[in-house]
Amino acid sequence: MRYHAKVEVRLRPGIADPEGATIERALPALGFDGIASVRAGRCFNLELDATDLESARSHAAAVADRLLANPVIEESVIEVTEL
Amino acid sequence: MAPVVGVLLFPGTNCEYDSVVAMESLGAEARLVFHTESSLKGFDAIILPGGFAHGDYLRPGAIARFSPIMEAVAAFAADGGPVIGICNGFQVLCEAHLLPGALQKNRGLTFLCQPSALEVVSTRSALTRGATVGQTLAVPINHFSGSYTCDLDTLRQLREQDQIMLRYVDNPNGSIDNIAGICNEAGNVVGLMPHPERASSPLLGSADGLVLLRSILDSVPA
Repeated sequence: MRYHAKVEVRLRPGIADPEGATIERALPALGFDGIASVRAGRCFNLELDATDLESARSHAAAVADRLLANPVIEESVIEVTEL
Repeated sequence: MAPVVGVLLFPGTNCEYDSVVAMESLGAEARLVFHTESSLKGFDAIILPGGFAHGDYLRPGAIARFSPIMEAVAAFAADGGPVIGICNGFQVLCEAHLLPGALQKNRGLTFLCQPSALEVVSTRSALTRGATVGQTLAVPINHFSGSYTCDLDTLRQLREQDQIMLRYVDNPNGSIDNIAGICNEAGNVVGLMPHPERASSPLLGSADGLVLLRSILDSVPA
């Protein structure tokens, strides 16, 4: 079976996020009010073959842990769907 | 015999010749080592120079750490050989877990290319053994992701084990505890964001980097 894995990589809570902070400060200047907080992250879309949803998820998680995220400062959230 | 320094070359590295010339000016023999090689036999010290290894794609150092040569670097470091990561090389050593922590985008999100003043905090590393604690060195910085960060337990450990080598006098990038350079527990693996090879002659505006580069050669096991 082929699966789609969406891997969101984001900074761990408490890690300074200068990119998110800069976007947050820019929003009022553009007329967007009421945005309490912005945290920046990245999204990776993988297509992978696996026998079932769980093995697709664990495969994507291994890729995220080994390469896509730096566990010192980042964490990842994975969503897997069947294609 | 002159000590032999290996200067690693990844696709996108751009400070390799500066490092070679600076080390040769101190009497060493310096040779480039391509990232696809797998042996560091015959080398006395290793420098990971600055630049943008593998385009800095994903994160600085994230791809470079999987290069074949990095296994040899880890073994060289485990044997006690001096390994120096400058700027991008520091980022690679952190990604490779040869040094703790990580380097984040600068506070203020600006690329910084400017002189910086460094305070020598510890002289027990392969890069600072010839310097004096409290000494101030003028060494330029040139980076976008140079803000050193780590968790508080790691920071406590760095302080207690005397692993903070260099601090910025005037923190330019938001680094935690003003850290400009650290070493591992043994002191033979070191990383710093400033470029000592760019402060290796009065012609370049400062020769203060020489005391650091000479320390590398003095750290070569007899």
